[in-house]
Amino acid sequence: MSQATATRVNDFAIKIATVNGTGSASANSLLMKSIFRSGIPVMGKNYFPSNIQGLPTWYEIRISHNGYVARSGRIDIMVAMNAETYAKDVREVDPGGYLIYDSTWPRPALLKRDDITVLGVPLARMCNENFNGVRTRILMKNICYAGVLAALLNLDLERIRELLAQTYAKKPQLVDSNMKAIQLGYDYAKANFTCPLPLHVEPLNATSGHVMIDGNTAAGLGCVFAGATVAAWYPITPSTSLMDAFKSFCDRTRIDPTTNRKNFAFIQAEDELAAIGMVIGASWNGARAFTATSGPGISLMNEFLGLAYYAEVPAVVFDIQRVGPSTGMPTRTQQCDVMAAAYASHGDTRHVCLYPSDPEECFYMAVQAFDLAERLQTPVLVLSDLDIGMNDWMCRDLKWDDSYRPDRGKVLSDEEIEKLEKFYRFFDKDGDGIPARTLPGVNPKGAYFARGSGHSQYGTYTEDSTEYQIVVDRLLKKWATAKKLVPRAVIDASGSDLGIVSIGSCDGAIHEAIDVLKTHGVGVNYMRVRSFPFTEDVERFLSNHRVIFVVEQNRDAQFRSLLTLETSVEKTKLRSLLHYSGLPISSHFIVEGVLDEVRPRKAQSVQTAAQG
Amino acid sequence: MTFLAKPKVAHPSLPKNTLGLTRRQYEGALSTLCAGCGHDSITAAIVEAAWELSLEPQNVVKLSGIGCSSKTTAYFVSGGHGFNSVHGRMPSIAMGASAANRNLTYVGVSGDGDTLSIGLGQFCHAIRRNVNMLYIIENNGVYGLTKGQFSASADVGTKAKKGETNFQPPIDPVLLAMTLGATFVARSFSGDKQQLVPLIQAGIRHKGFALIDVLSPCVTFNDHEGSTKSYAYTREHYEPAVHADFVPLEREITASYGEGEALPVVMHDGSRIVLRKCEAGYDPTNRTVASTQIQERMKAGEYLTGLLFVEPSQSEFHDINGTPDEALNSLPFEKLSPGSKGLEKILARYR
Repeated sequence: MSQATATRVNDFAIKIATVNGTGSASANSLLMKSIFRSGIPVMGKNYFPSNIQGLPTWYEIRISHNGYVARSGRIDIMVAMNAETYAKDVREVDPGGYLIYDSTWPRPALLKRDDITVLGVPLARMCNENFNGVRTRILMKNICYAGVLAALLNLDLERIRELLAQTYAKKPQLVDSNMKAIQLGYDYAKANFTCPLPLHVEPLNATSGHVMIDGNTAAGLGCVFAGATVAAWYPITPSTSLMDAFKSFCDRTRIDPTTNRKNFAFIQAEDELAAIGMVIGASWNGARAFTATSGPGISLMNEFLGLAYYAEVPAVVFDIQRVGPSTGMPTRTQQCDVMAAAYASHGDTRHVCLYPSDPEECFYMAVQAFDLAERLQTPVLVLSDLDIGMNDWMCRDLKWDDSYRPDRGKVLSDEEIEKLEKFYRFFDKDGDGIPARTLPGVNPKGAYFARGSGHSQYGTYTEDSTEYQIVVDRLLKKWATAKKLVPRAVIDASGSDLGIVSIGSCDGAIHEAIDVLKTHGVGVNYMRVRSFPFTEDVERFLSNHRVIFVVEQNRDAQFRSLLTLETSVEKTKLRSLLHYSGLPISSHFIVEGVLDEVRPRKAQSVQTAAQG
Repeated sequence: MTFLAKPKVAHPSLPKNTLGLTRRQYEGALSTLCAGCGHDSITAAIVEAAWELSLEPQNVVKLSGIGCSSKTTAYFVSGGHGFNSVHGRMPSIAMGASAANRNLTYVGVSGDGDTLSIGLGQFCHAIRRNVNMLYIIENNGVYGLTKGQFSASADVGTKAKKGETNFQPPIDPVLLAMTLGATFVARSFSGDKQQLVPLIQAGIRHKGFALIDVLSPCVTFNDHEGSTKSYAYTREHYEPAVHADFVPLEREITASYGEGEALPVVMHDGSRIVLRKCEAGYDPTNRTVASTQIQERMKAGEYLTGLLFVEPSQSEFHDINGTPDEALNSLPFEKLSPGSKGLEKILARYR
C-alpha cells in the first residue's frame, strides 16, 4: 500500500483540514508552539473561510531546519478531518507522504491512493467514549489529532502539557481535559503505528532569540511604541486584529495606575471614510494617529487621502491587503493594492508607501511610518497583507532602543511662532519642500486655514494659476526629499546578470527559491524594495541587470507597472512572476518561473503553476 | 476675496472683553458670500458670542465641510485654526481633533447639503459619540455653489427658483438629533441675532454635542415666492418656543431670574442657561414631549425655535473613553512607550 519513505528530520510539511469553529485553531497553535519550543524553525499558515462556523479550513505547518518561512509547495502529511474536502485533501499529498483520517467512519472509496501511507485513527469514537457533551466531543476530537501527531512526529508530551498549562492558566480543568484528549491520540498512535514516522522532528537549538508572532500584532505593538494616541478604524478582515492588538497592548501599558485614565483614544468609526477622517483630524491637531484597513477601505479612503496629501496632514494607514477586486476573497492573501495605494485619490497625488516583508519589519516600519508621516506631513501607507498580518511567523526578537524619540517634524513651538513676523503655512523656507506647521491652541499668530481647495504658499485660498502651481510644484520637491528619507531596498547581489525584484511577503519564498536555483546552477541577484518613492539604489539595480524577474502577488503586475512608471527601466527587461491564487506564494512557484525563462521548455499553464 | 486682510486697527473707544480684546479681534477674512446671505449674519453672531465669552482665539478650532456655509469658518476668529475638509466629512475631522486635544473649543459649521445628504451618516454618529463641539447647520434648503438644486431639508411643495416643485419629504436635523440622543438641540433664524447669540454661547459651553439648526435664507437661489426657506416665509412661520439667556459663571451672582416662566439650567462648568418659555406648555427638558410638539407644529407649517431640548452635564466622548484631563497630544513620550523592558515582558508571550 505504501512506498518506503526515507527518513527526513525537521524538514517536511503538514496540512490539517478541518471545519472552522471546531477548536482546531487551538490544536494547531499547540502543535506549532511545541515544535517552536523544541528549537525547530517552523511556519504556520492558516487558510480560513470568511465565515464563523461550519466551512472548510486548512492549516499548513512547515518544519524547516533551514529556517525557510514560505510554503514549499509540497505536503508530506495530511490530517484529513473534514469529510467535505476529503477527496481534494487526499489528492494533495505528495507521493511517499502520509494521510491521517478519522476511521470512526471507514471511507475506503475515498482513499484510493497506493503511493501514500494511510493511517486511520478512530478519533470521534475515542472522544465519544471519553467525553460528555456534543460540543466538548467535537473540540476534543481536534485536540486528539494533535496527540496522534505528537506520537508520530516525536513531540515532547511534557512540553505540550506545559503549553496547555500556560494557555489555560485561569481554567485548570481545561488543562486536564485537553491533556486527556492528547493522551488518547498519543497512546492510540503508539499502540497501532510505528512511531515516530520517518518524517519527524528532533530538538534543535535554532529558535532561541526568536519569537512566534503575526504581523498585525507586531504592527499594533509598533504603534504603541511609536507613541500613537488616537486609533480609529472600521472593522474589516484581515486588518481588525491589528487594532485589537493595539488596544490590548494599550490596556496593559497605557492605563494610568493612579487615575485609571487611558492614555489613548480608541474609536470604532461608522465606516472607513470616518476612520481616516478621524486620523486626519487628530494628526492635524498634533496627535500620532493611525487606522488599519484592507482594500475596500482603501477605496473608500481615497478622497480623504487626497485631502491629507494636498493639505499636508500626516496620517498613518495600515493596508492589510486581501484578495480583490471588490469584496474578493476576504480571508485570502494578495498584494493587489500596490497601485491603489501609491496614487490614491483624484488629481495629482502620490503617497509614501512602505512594504514590510514579515512581522518583524511590521513592528519597525510602524514606528518609521509615524516618523515619516510627521516629517513629511503626508499620509504614509504601510502595505502589509493577510499572510504577514494573520499568520504566525518566526521572527528575530523585536528590539527597542530606549533613546528613540519621535520625529514630530517641523512643528513650531509657541516661542518660535512668537518670534515670526508672520506665519505662512505652505512656504518652503528650508528648500526641502517641507514647510513648517503649527498646532491649534498654541499661539493665535500661528493660526491658519487647512483646506483641500486651491491655496497659495501663504496659506490663503487661491484660484490663481501661478499661486496654485507654486504649491503643487513644491509638493514634488517634498517628494524628492521623501526619496532620501524612506527605507532603502535590501539588495543581495553576487555577480549575476539575472535579478529578482519584489516587495513584501514574497521575501521568504524568494530566499528559498534562490537557494534551490543555485542547486540548478542558476545564480540570481535579489532586490527587495521597501518603499515608494523608489530610492536611488532601486534605479541602479534595475539598470545593472539584464533580465529582471518581478515577483508579486496580483494578476496585473502592479508593482512592475509602478517600476516602469517611476524609474527609467526598460520595460522589456522585466519578466513578471505573478501569483494570485489567494494562497501565499511558494518557493516552488518562483523556481519554476525562473527556470522556465532561463531554460525554455514546454509551456506550463498558469493554473498548474499557481497550485505550486 | 478671502485673502484680503481686514484692517486690524481698532478705535480705542471700542469695548473690550475680559481678555482686553475687541470684537474686531474675533472677526476673520472678508466674506465672499452674496450680499444679504443669511450665513453672514450667523458669522456675526458667532463673533459676538465668542467675544462676549472671552474665548482665547487660539483655543477656538473651526471645522467645516464643503459648501457656502463651510466657507464661513474663514470669516470669524482669525486667531483660531480652521479646517475646511471634504464634503460631508467634517464630523470625523472634529472627532479626531477633539480626541487629540479635549481642551479646545470646537465649532463646526455646515450646511443642509453637507449635513443632511452627503454627510448624514457622519452627522448621526458624531451625535452618538457625543463629540464635545458646537455644530451649526446653516440651513437654506438649497445647494448654492452648484446653482439651486433642492437639498434634503427642502419642504414638500417648496418651489425652486426655476419653478420645479419638491416632492420628497425633508429630513429635519432637529428631530433627527432628538431621536439620536443629542443633549443640546436648538433651532434659530439668521435674522434673529438676539436669539442666536446666547444659543451659540450656551452651545459652546455645553458639554458634548450641541446642535443649532439655523434657518438661513439663500438670497440668490431660495428667496423667491413659493419657497418655504425665504426670508419672508421664515419670518412669518417661525415661532420662538423657548428663549434662552446664557449666564456665564462669572456673572452668576448678579443674575436675577424673574418669577414664573424662567427656568435656570445649570451647565457642567457652573454657568447657567435661563430658559423662558414663549410657547405655553412647551417643555425643553422632556425629550418626548418636546419632540411631539416640534413635530405637531411642523405639520402646521411652523418652525418652533429656541433651545428646544437641553440635558446638561452629560458625559462627552472623553468621559466615556476615560481619557485623562490633559490633551492626548501633550502626553510626554515616556508615558506612551513601554520601553525595552516593557517589550521584553510583552515578548515573553510569543516565545
